[in-house]
Amino acid sequence: MIAGAYALASVLVFVTAALLILVGAIGVIALKNPVHSALSLIMTLFGVAIAFVAQSADFLAAVQIIVYAGAIVVLFLFVIMFLGVDRKEHVHVEPLVGQRAFAAVGSAITVGGLVVLMARSHWVTGAMSVSTKGATLATGQANVKQLGTAVFTTYLFAFEATAALLVIAVVGAVVLARRERSVDDEEVEVDA
Amino acid sequence: MNVPAAWYLILAAVLFGVGAYGLLTRRSALIMFMCIELMLNAVNLTFVTFSRTLGDIGGQASVFFVMVVAAAEVTVGLGIVVAVFRRRSSTSVDELSELKG
Repeated sequence: MIAGAYALASVLVFVTAALLILVGAIGVIALKNPVHSALSLIMTLFGVAIAFVAQSADFLAAVQIIVYAGAIVVLFLFVIMFLGVDRKEHVHVEPLVGQRAFAAVGSAITVGGLVVLMARSHWVTGAMSVSTKGATLATGQANVKQLGTAVFTTYLFAFEATAALLVIAVVGAVVLARRERSVDDEEVEVDA
Repeated sequence: MNVPAAWYLILAAVLFGVGAYGLLTRRSALIMFMCIELMLNAVNLTFVTFSRTLGDIGGQASVFFVMVVAAAEVTVGLGIVVAVFRRRSSTSVDELSELKG
């Protein structure tokens, strides 16, 4: 297992994805303007999509771009513009003393713990011997077909539950964001 | 030959750590939601990596459901942010201290 054994293309793809992901993530937490943070988030999401393609998750990469970069970030930008909060935040104010230091230590412990945990279990959980060595995870059409088959057979109940979840979320968002009418408006309507 | 799964797992762990740090330090509710998205994406990357390593489509199906739940969560969360902003003209979480004892 030497580094030269891996194809140059896959290494380049990984480095590109890693750079996009990390630069974008640091941009999200470091930039002061929320609009810049949202645009930085798009960079991270593209990097994750590249990592998905490199690992033959073609359908998820497409959904990542369409749903995350296309819908969720646009929703973020819409709310930022709608509220007019696209002014700079005072990031240097620190109401809780030592908050940044504790956050940095906590994050470092989390990352270190995850890496140690995965390294001690040889980077995989589960039985490698019964896996089919990627034969069931072919590229192209097969990936979409496989994922569709799995979602509509094995995970059918969860899929139906997501339908209910999305309806509840839409109704909840409308109720939350609706402007409450004042009593005067209702009286005027009754009079009319 | 593809790069080993360990590289992607370390990348996902670092991304999760960056998201957690941002969630703990930023005070704008909007930025905190973006940091939650970063952490969710780190978990998705881990799922896909294990899916490739173990040759199991279940990991990718899990990512599919995580994306659906994330979309619902952002919708409701931003609705709450808009509702809070209407009352206080601010998205800073430090000012939401009514329940403080």
